[in-house]
Amino acid sequence: MDYGHSERPAGAAPLPTAIKILVAGGFGVGKTTMVGAVSETRPLRTEEVLTETGVGIDDLSGVEGKTTTTVAMDFGRITISDDLVLYLFGTPGQDRFWFVWDELALGAIGAVVLSDTRRLADCFPSIDYFEGRGTPFVVAVNCFEGARQYRLDEVQAALNLDPGVPVLLCDARQRESSKEVLITLMEHAMKTREARRGAAAATD
Amino acid sequence: MQGESTQDQWVDDHAGPVVRPYAVTRGRARPVGTFDLISLVTATRADVTPEAGLGPEHMAIIGLCQRMQSVAEVAAHLDLPVGTVRVLLGDLVERSLVQVREPRTTAGLPDDSVFEAVINGLRAL
Repeated sequence: MDYGHSERPAGAAPLPTAIKILVAGGFGVGKTTMVGAVSETRPLRTEEVLTETGVGIDDLSGVEGKTTTTVAMDFGRITISDDLVLYLFGTPGQDRFWFVWDELALGAIGAVVLSDTRRLADCFPSIDYFEGRGTPFVVAVNCFEGARQYRLDEVQAALNLDPGVPVLLCDARQRESSKEVLITLMEHAMKTREARRGAAAATD
Repeated sequence: MQGESTQDQWVDDHAGPVVRPYAVTRGRARPVGTFDLISLVTATRADVTPEAGLGPEHMAIIGLCQRMQSVAEVAAHLDLPVGTVRVLLGDLVERSLVQVREPRTTAGLPDDSVFEAVINGLRAL
């Protein structure tokens, strides 16, 4: 009998698995706040230095001498068990750094698109990006104080979302609320994966 | 086939801020392996005597990775760009001083157990 999924000898320690969730959305929508709310440590920051070839589409007028650009990403860690670690990466908010997303999005299990109803259009690019890549995502409406409350179906309609995409309200500062967003995303990602497997099996 | 001038050009154009000079002079253009941001790094030994070719950053990585760390965490804790860390990790992998485990893709996961473990783990936070 072949235990096909096991690639390690019996008795060996479980293989460590790292999984990645992205937190996307417009500038200032609370991405790093959400990462910090659920992470076991304060958010860490990592930087990629991009050379001129990488930033060729930028408008460099005024900074002609600049040949490199630094893109900072904030991220956090949640240790689920000794062999399972979840990493949350806040995507760079500026549109011009989209090309970094491809590396970030590669292998991501899913994404949270944070939105602010006062600036709903800011999250359109993130939604387009994940729809285009087929990355499972949920839309979390960060409830800023003083912002008018909309019904979730109004947000869903305004964003022209596929009916299967979960939309929920959240407070990115609150651990419980941010946890709920991540749990909803994981459940959605699991369903999406099952649906795709079913579809793939049907065409075999 | 790489001519002398091509190598010079690589260093000038691309390596400058990314690769530390001592790494470049050892003549390697790229790290071994891909080193995803969430590739997990573990030191293979508890203690390493400084040896030729290993700088303080290498030693710092070995110290840090006594507990499993992602490439992104190594970069953040050492306050170095990810590109630099990838080259340093390449050095350490060559010497078998660290083990790097590349992440599995979602499609590569055998079943739903990882999803379920994450959901349960989040609920328990």
